Amino acid sequence: MELINKWPEYYKKDVVSHYCPGCGHGIVHRIVAELLEEMDLGKKAYLVCPAGCAVLAYNYFDFDVIESAHGRGTAIATGAKRANPNLFVISYQGDGDLSAIGTAETIHSANRGENISVVFINNAVYGMTGGQMAPTSLIGQSTTTSPAGRNPEVDGYPLHITDIVAQFPGVVYAERVSVSSPAGIKKTKKAIRNSFETQQEGLGYSIVEVLSPCPTNWKMDPVRSCKWIDEEMVKEYKPGLLTDKREEKRKEKG
Amino acid sequence: MDKVFISGNHCIAEAAIRAGCRCYFGYPITPQNELGEYMAANMRKVGGVFLQSESETAAINMVIGAASVGTRVLTSSSSPGVSLKQEGLSFLAGFEFPAVIVNMMRGGPGLGNIAPAQGDYFQSTRGGGHGDYRTPVLAPASVQELADLTVKAFDLADKYRTPILLMGDGMMGQMKEPVVFPEPITNLPEKPWALKGRGDGPSRHHASLILDGLEMERHNWKLVRKYKEIAEQETLFELYMMDDAEFAVVAYGTTARIAKGAIKRARKDGLKVGLVRPITLFPFPDKILQKVAQKIKNFLVFEMSTGQMVEDVRLALEDERVVIDFHGRPGGIIPTPIEFSRVIHRYYRRM
Repeated sequence: MELINKWPEYYKKDVVSHYCPGCGHGIVHRIVAELLEEMDLGKKAYLVCPAGCAVLAYNYFDFDVIESAHGRGTAIATGAKRANPNLFVISYQGDGDLSAIGTAETIHSANRGENISVVFINNAVYGMTGGQMAPTSLIGQSTTTSPAGRNPEVDGYPLHITDIVAQFPGVVYAERVSVSSPAGIKKTKKAIRNSFETQQEGLGYSIVEVLSPCPTNWKMDPVRSCKWIDEEMVKEYKPGLLTDKREEKRKEKG
Repeated sequence: MDKVFISGNHCIAEAAIRAGCRCYFGYPITPQNELGEYMAANMRKVGGVFLQSESETAAINMVIGAASVGTRVLTSSSSPGVSLKQEGLSFLAGFEFPAVIVNMMRGGPGLGNIAPAQGDYFQSTRGGGHGDYRTPVLAPASVQELADLTVKAFDLADKYRTPILLMGDGMMGQMKEPVVFPEPITNLPEKPWALKGRGDGPSRHHASLILDGLEMERHNWKLVRKYKEIAEQETLFELYMMDDAEFAVVAYGTTARIAKGAIKRARKDGLKVGLVRPITLFPFPDKILQKVAQKIKNFLVFEMSTGQMVEDVRLALEDERVVIDFHGRPGGIIPTPIEFSRVIHRYYRRM
């Protein structure tokens, strides 16, 4: 009998996850590790992990990883990729990291069309610091810093940063997906594969936004968390392809 | 190579390229713009990377990225911009990554002005960013020395795996002098710690996050041991007219040059004055000051600030029975040798 569900080559075996039950990071980590193996990229991979829950990603990833200050992932990724274009560079970031403190780095690395892949985990909250309001928090969403619910009059509106950068000529591929269901996980893997292929072909910047559950800070059980993504989060952040300029870029490159 | 007549900012850029620097990330700020412009014109010719970043913060983090994969990398700025780089400097120190950071100081605080000043001494020598670390600081006083110390900065950065600050001021950056450049370096040191993709070997990672308190403490003391070794091996200074001196001026960079002019004048008037010029500001050349203090009991510290290096002089000489005076011109004022020679006369008479 053939063993189908193999342990990914680039995922460490001897570690216990520090992520909370029902957290989406583990799913996306596994997808990244699987794709690096399937696409034979693990040996030259360089992943920037963020300040946030995924700061310890090097405990799980069995390829080269560097840690970033809060928000600076794509600046570090830019430096590494420019210095050594042979590396396969991934910036793995959360929503506070990528769309609050790192907004400038996100916008400008995207606008320069850096040939990097960005995996953007959007769970509408600051996870590691204990559930504060993020730029991505939904209107009415209760967090530790918006206890009465996010009020746009004082807290502003949910920020759609992936939609913003998708308009840039340098952003070749952008898609929003969700890991709240098996079908969503499959789509997530496909989108990240497309992103990785974009970099492999040297076409430019790509970003995949993953709507991801944070049961602990949402104060919901894992099942309810996935339901909340499917029923509430998708109303604000509609999953789907935001841009795909790969054909265009391939023609440009000849 | 023949002598070339070149400005300080251009000189650093050329020396960096010759030192094997292949990445430059920076953001425009006066008075050091010519450095980035020289890199824009010349770095790509040698197959290197020039990138004008969206901010100083982004630039220093790009430096982290390039340093992490083993590339010799430079960024440059002036005082307000260097403040923005402090986040990255702390991370570079924590990661133990080599990089060279140029600060062509200007008047401050705040936007201050764009004239030469030495008000960033504390920021540079005390760590600057958050956490328990220091950054070695080189302070050249001529354009030739800018070239030599730029090359040295890259070597020290690689040897000790630490960010190195090259500190000048608006005058150092803008003035032109004849320079003989060193030949380009072709053999760069191996960096087995650099991230190059795991290949067929084990995976590696670099982190400054050390959650375990005891491990963090070990890391802090490890850095201290490194700084001690740098102090023992790499401390630099110059003694000028000190052989028969009875009175010592202490100054670095631009003020040291002004002091030399002032000392020449004072010597003509028969005053036995000399200069101790720290070239490394951290590590501070305290041992030579202590040696000098065996003979000389009167010191005059001269800075284009309200008094920062003078604290290191006091610390160095705290066990000596000496008088330490201070003369400062902050705010972008460049005193003349005549002015400073009068100051020397005043303190000399009191001796």
